[in-house]
Amino acid sequence: MQRDQQPRSDAAAPPILEVRNLVVAFHGLAGTLRALDDVSFSIAPGEILGVVGESGAGKSLTGAAVIGLLERPGRIDGGEILLAGRRIDNLPHAQMRKVRGREIGAIFQDPLTSLNPLLTVGEQLTETIATHLALSAKAARARAVELLAEVGIPAPANRIDDYPHHFSGGMRQRVVIALALCANPKLVIADEPTTALDVSVQAQILELIRRLGREHGTAVMLITHDMGVIAETADRVAVMYAGRVAEIGPTREIIETPHHPYTVGLMGSVPVIGEDAEDLVQIDGSMPRLNAIPPGCAFNPRCGEVMGRCLSQRPGLMPAGRSQAACWLMDTVTGDAA
Amino acid sequence: MSEDILAPVLEVDNLHKWFDVSKPPLQRLIERLPRQTLKAVDGVSFRIERGTTFALVGESGCGKSTVAQAVAGLHKPTRGAILFEGIDRDLPRPDGSRPELQMIFQDPFASLNPRWRVRDIIAEPLRVHRLTRSRAETRAAVAELLEQVRLSPADGEKYPHEFSGGQRQRISIARALANKPKFLVCDEPTSALDVSVQAQILNLMKRLQRELGLTYLLISHNLAVIYHMADELGVMYLGRLVETGPAREIFNRPRHPYTQLLLDTIPDISLDRPHRTFLKGEVPSPIAPPPGCTFHPRCPHANDRCRTEPPRLESFGGVKVACHAVGEGRIVPAVREWRPAARRTPVRRVSPVARPA
Ligand SMILES: Nc1ncnc2c1ncn2[C@@H]1O[C@H](COP(=O)(O)OP(=O)(O)OP(=O)(O)O)[C@@H](O)[C@H]1O
Ligand SMILES: Nc1ncnc2c1ncn2[C@@H]1O[C@H](COP(=O)(O)OP(=O)(O)O)[C@@H](O)[C@H]1O
Ligand code: SF4
Ligand code: SF4
Ligand SMILES: [Mg+2]
Ligand SMILES: [Mg+2]
Repeated sequence: MQRDQQPRSDAAAPPILEVRNLVVAFHGLAGTLRALDDVSFSIAPGEILGVVGESGAGKSLTGAAVIGLLERPGRIDGGEILLAGRRIDNLPHAQMRKVRGREIGAIFQDPLTSLNPLLTVGEQLTETIATHLALSAKAARARAVELLAEVGIPAPANRIDDYPHHFSGGMRQRVVIALALCANPKLVIADEPTTALDVSVQAQILELIRRLGREHGTAVMLITHDMGVIAETADRVAVMYAGRVAEIGPTREIIETPHHPYTVGLMGSVPVIGEDAEDLVQIDGSMPRLNAIPPGCAFNPRCGEVMGRCLSQRPGLMPAGRSQAACWLMDTVTGDAA
Repeated sequence: MSEDILAPVLEVDNLHKWFDVSKPPLQRLIERLPRQTLKAVDGVSFRIERGTTFALVGESGCGKSTVAQAVAGLHKPTRGAILFEGIDRDLPRPDGSRPELQMIFQDPFASLNPRWRVRDIIAEPLRVHRLTRSRAETRAAVAELLEQVRLSPADGEKYPHEFSGGQRQRISIARALANKPKFLVCDEPTSALDVSVQAQILNLMKRLQRELGLTYLLISHNLAVIYHMADELGVMYLGRLVETGPAREIFNRPRHPYTQLLLDTIPDISLDRPHRTFLKGEVPSPIAPPPGCTFHPRCPHANDRCRTEPPRLESFGGVKVACHAVGEGRIVPAVREWRPAARRTPVRRVSPVARPA
């Protein structure tokens, strides 16, 4: 699980995924709630982008919007999503279903919800392979065995006719990953893929995810709230707060030199082995609910450096060291207007 | 030991908790199945000194919660003793008192009655144990408890669903503190919470320990949380302690192969961690654990003796380890230098949240 010395991603190549100014809102009787507000980021081929943030920050919604699985009454109200340069946010359902599975693979937290308990592992894999690739039944089965071997299921030819409940939690999650990889997708969205697993299994699954980028050039969006997982897996990190990207940058920079006051607090609140502090850094208060996001900077009620303009003007992402942060402290152009 | 005034607050002696997980009798008869016993806890001993934190760590299913529940009196041990201040926790005390011990659970959502106002939830133990004599006294006690966990007395009027996860965990802590316990059993108290909220709760727990002299039994699968909180540590594997002793010593010089691999495998934000080897495989079924040392199928140092003879806990320089290879001197303590990532505070201006000195 050693981190590569060189970044394996090809930052110069055109991105696999580009999300531009994405707005997702829930339209209900009580009015409209903006759950994602002007979210932008991109992922290069072979790159792992970690997405972190408190629960409710909008991590899963961002993933759901990209794979076209937003649940009503949620919908995309603005912005664009491009996969390898092609817009996918406005595709008809039938076309999006093809993109999902063939070009984008998804891995969720609970492997049981992604697997059909009534079908054998082999049936599920061959069915998915057959939907996306023009292969004979025999070739699809051979490919399924190959995929199971690739995700580290021992003796895959013997296990392929087992049902999911014959497998342990870790092995089921490997089957889910195999399913996500059936058609060699360009992009994999992994939403809390290891949260339910033991450390040993988690380490094996993370290694598998890293290999995707290294060996297949797959772009990965890795959603988690575990900073340790991020530190060991992601090339870059996006920190989300109240439906917005607060800061985005290289993993090392985000951990060692955070710029946005929220990221600073977040990093300080993580206990670290070897660090002997009596108390952890504490960000008082909690993230606002969607119906109570303050005007200006969403973090302003909890920020120790709040300035006059933070209360009314919303900061966009601005360069901050090797990262970008949505904070007026980074504004070197206009200076502090407060 | 019980007459010693410095007796540990808690002493767990050779605790066993076995569950009968046999199939129903009829099915057993037809399919000729044997009875099956799951040894969730199989001979665990430790003691916790007053005002300190003892932590249990280990992979899922190794028996941490079962130990915690036995200590909290939620189930009866199959064998072994649990002494609270030198007296068996289940025996009547000379002065009629009960062990002053409370439990905090992982899920702050499930453990609070949704139909009660927060003030009634917190006041319940006060009423049950008749700790207050009048309504006004109860009201004052509840207000003080709320302030102790940094909520406001006005929050007492609200219902649990009106609070966030971290606030609900504060409410559970306030309730646990109501009858002034000396000892708190905390089973994964922050595992359901975000890191920023976790920091608030861990800080609160440390402050309460300083101010009220509380003793904690803490369970967490997060090693960084344990490093931050624990004085003493027990590493469990399949129902047994494999290594136990001062937490810092175990983190810096893990001796048991399982502890060494567990420390290497846990993801941590320290970015420089060279020479790591990962824990391989998965925990075997506790219904049919491997013979000898139950860790042998995953252990890089296993030999024939390990495959047949279970190792016992022996002392090595302040820690106890159950491993033949350590006893035979085949392996030496691994020295781990933890180098936390140089976490710098922001480049500009003052830090919004000053790190305490
Ligand atoms: N009431 C019960 N009946 C049968 N088996 C049980 C019972 N309670 C626990 N067990 C089993 O005992 C073992 C230890 O369980 P325990 O809940 O103590 O594990 P744990 O270490 O707390 O795990 P986790 O980290 O997942 O919380 C497990 O194999 C579990 O399935
Ligand atoms: N069906 C829904 N109706 C209204 N709000 C929703 C719905 N689904 C999600 N949300 C809100 O959208 C926000 C982001 O949710 P989510 O992406 O799941 O957060 P995360 O994955 O970061 O924990 C939250 O405030 C959540 O309450
Ligand atoms: S924009 Fe203002 S309120 Fe927001 S994080 Fe920066 S300084 Fe704080
Ligand atoms: S007793 Fe043997 S198998 Fe068990 S941990 Fe020690 S060396 Fe490994
Ligand atoms: Mg989520
Ligand atoms: Mg447990």
